[in-house]
Amino acid sequence: MKKFDKERVLVAVAGPVIALVLAIVLTSVVLLASGKNPIEPYTLMLQQLPYSDIQVLIINQASLYYIAAIAVALGFRMNLFNIGVDGQYRLAAVMTAVVGAHVALPSVLQVPLLLIVAMATGAFWAGIAGVLKVTRGVSEVVATIMLNSIATAVIGYVTLTDVWGVQVGDNVTTGVMKKSGWFPGINLGSDVGEIYGLVFLAVLLGIGYWVVLNRTRFGFDLRATGASETAAAASGVDAKRMVLTAMLISGAIAGLSGLPLLLGDTHTYSLSFPAGLGFTAIGIALLGRNNPGGIALAALLWAFLDKASPALDYATPVAYDKEIATIMQGLIVFAVVISYAAVQQWALRRQQRRVGAELAAAAAQNTNKEVAA
Amino acid sequence: MANHDIHLTVRKGTVHALVGENGAGKSTLMKILYGMQKPDEGTIQIDGEQVSFSSPADAIARGIGMVHQHFMLADNLTVLENVVLGSEKLHGIGGGARKRIKEISDRYGLGIRPDVLVEDLGVADRQRVEILKVLFRGARTLILDEPTAVLVPQEVDALFDNLRELKSEGLSVIFISHKLGEVLSVADDITVIRRGTTVGTAIPSQTTPRQLAELMVGSELPTPETAESTVTDRSVVEVRNLTVYARGAVSMGTEEEPSAEGLTEFAPAGAVKKVLDDVSFTIHAGEVMGIAGVEGNGQTELIDALIGTKHADSGSIAFLGEDITPWPTRKRRESGVGYIPEDRHRQGLLLESPLWENRILGHVTEKPNAKGFWLNPKGAQADTRRIVEEYDVRTPGIDVTAASLSGGNQQKLIVGREMSHDPKFLIAAHPTRGVDVGAQAQIWDRIREARREGLAVLLISADLDELIGLSDTLRVIYDGRLVADADPASITPEELGSAMTGAASGHLEHEETAPEGDDNAGPEDEAR
Repeated sequence: MKKFDKERVLVAVAGPVIALVLAIVLTSVVLLASGKNPIEPYTLMLQQLPYSDIQVLIINQASLYYIAAIAVALGFRMNLFNIGVDGQYRLAAVMTAVVGAHVALPSVLQVPLLLIVAMATGAFWAGIAGVLKVTRGVSEVVATIMLNSIATAVIGYVTLTDVWGVQVGDNVTTGVMKKSGWFPGINLGSDVGEIYGLVFLAVLLGIGYWVVLNRTRFGFDLRATGASETAAAASGVDAKRMVLTAMLISGAIAGLSGLPLLLGDTHTYSLSFPAGLGFTAIGIALLGRNNPGGIALAALLWAFLDKASPALDYATPVAYDKEIATIMQGLIVFAVVISYAAVQQWALRRQQRRVGAELAAAAAQNTNKEVAA
Repeated sequence: MANHDIHLTVRKGTVHALVGENGAGKSTLMKILYGMQKPDEGTIQIDGEQVSFSSPADAIARGIGMVHQHFMLADNLTVLENVVLGSEKLHGIGGGARKRIKEISDRYGLGIRPDVLVEDLGVADRQRVEILKVLFRGARTLILDEPTAVLVPQEVDALFDNLRELKSEGLSVIFISHKLGEVLSVADDITVIRRGTTVGTAIPSQTTPRQLAELMVGSELPTPETAESTVTDRSVVEVRNLTVYARGAVSMGTEEEPSAEGLTEFAPAGAVKKVLDDVSFTIHAGEVMGIAGVEGNGQTELIDALIGTKHADSGSIAFLGEDITPWPTRKRRESGVGYIPEDRHRQGLLLESPLWENRILGHVTEKPNAKGFWLNPKGAQADTRRIVEEYDVRTPGIDVTAASLSGGNQQKLIVGREMSHDPKFLIAAHPTRGVDVGAQAQIWDRIREARREGLAVLLISADLDELIGLSDTLRVIYDGRLVADADPASITPEELGSAMTGAASGHLEHEETAPEGDDNAGPEDEAR
């Protein structure tokens, strides 16, 4: 029995490792083709790692990525492609910022209120796509992508100065949130920085994700739907309700993904709030194989590439373009898709062969015994 | 599946049957012969010349063609287009190809019309198109994988006539089948495979089905005969005037039924084809009701309506006196409806999940799989071990994926799972399809055992011997209606076969779907 467990670990690790190696090799090819040193950028980036301030940046960034990727992964587990995490997250951040700027409750109430606002907004926005899919058969991919654009327009409206917007210099913000809604971080000193307090929310979400999927009836139904829609239907899963529920939960989690930054650092939504987080999260969920541990590693890797790459621009004697990291991220996603499909195929065949071999061996043994008897 | 020391010699101009338990290695052997898999050791010779195939294309070039169990035809293309697809270079795609198809069809008596759309063809015709496709590519040796599984007896006879035609023209046929009677009637030579190796050969004229089966399993041949009737007068399932309309948009993919052409889901209900038309029946505790019929005559829809994956458009279903027509699938299953689905890969298993998760499938809310809201993996795993043991599921462990088991072992797991929840009503669709003789007997035993304890069973099967042997009551479904009922004690497969084609609906003491028919069946059954 243990053999097959080991096997599963091997398979789980083989995919990402192959993808990363492939991505690094391809990035080096790109560097070579442009006449650059194919190794040095990696060492330059790795040299950034020991600096505590970089580490803090990486952890903070990774927490945003992680929450968003968990939202994506939850959909993936049942073959539901929530491409709209980006819109859900931005809209939720705006709404939370607005509520945070206009409602002043004591901290114990203010923070939960803000979390609920974020989740409700995300769930509502994702729920639109869910309802459309369940009632009209609209593909959630199309619906969520369009909702991303609509979210941009809604945010544009909400941040108008005669609605809730506040002009600060040439930036448009939603005004500074009341202090009671600020979530304290872990201050490591002025030259190192502060770790967002809501990093722990990300950790909790990861644990919750694993527990719900692997230890609850709902999680089993969700995974069964993803593994085989027809088998799930025959087993009594109500496909429509499952789609809607998964979409709502995914949206609620997506809604939370901007909060570590919003409540921990900026305390306002502005034009400079990071966009594209939801799309990056898709790649991270893929690389992490929809597994909470895997996603954590993937999110950290992504954040590392983000935060270590600016150093490339200032490298001496030869400077590199920091976009090398972006190329690498792109190649990782590309390599991940190919390597996972290949590894999965290989693993399935390999197991079939091994089971066959073991059974044949057992059968042969039996026959020998019979003969001996 | 590991094969070792396989010896198979096929003579020119003969039909060579290959029989063996499921998981015995037949499929692997065929894959090797057809170039889909490479042997680790050993050689293949054709006409005395050693060959090695690395792809089906190589095998085809050497004159080996394969007719798969599941047809690989494009419904929306004509026969001609299907035949030339992929081998356009041979005779072009127009007149040349048509002439060649005519030629082959006439020569072997296949009776094929090149310009008909495949979707308008029946199962038997489609099979002939598959055979022609292979011949068109120049095959001299044909491999037929369980070709009779989908045919009624009359069609089987026609197929065998075709095979005899083929061999008289000097072609060789390798014929894989579970049905020993058929094997004996059509084959010139028989090779038996057991546990991945050839255990013997037989000459049909000197062998009985029983001897052959014993060679196959190394033990006695089981029969589906039910000894004594256990039918009670307590009704478990009552179906009244059940009607389901075809929906253009919904497709399960596997049906061979004639499609309701040109109709959309927006068409008025009256104009839509009824896939189930006014079906009524009652199944009592301890009764097995068999439904005979050519696939695609409403069986799938009947099962779907009973388990609740599709809802009835009119009519009602009562279970233990309660009207369950509006109930969702999960509630039905929780209340004691067991379900052995017709397509185990699509409906019965999560192929890439471990066995113990598959044991949870369909019973996620029940013990030992769940404790309230939470899943109970330990309980499920322990119970999976018990099922593996009790139902002789051959597997090295419960952590392997369902996909790595052979079909028969997958089926045993499903039967074990469904039986573990003490169902009151079991929907058993093809419970032993693709299952080896040994496992078949076990599954039959389990069904009989539960039936003795008052289980009501709806049995749908393409295996007429199974239907006749296991059922207390028999109904024939044709074009969505129950057109005939028969007494399993006296009916023959041939008689049943003609009712299945719709030719003999008024022939078997026929009464139009009269529910009273069931009540008579009990005593009659006891008489035999």
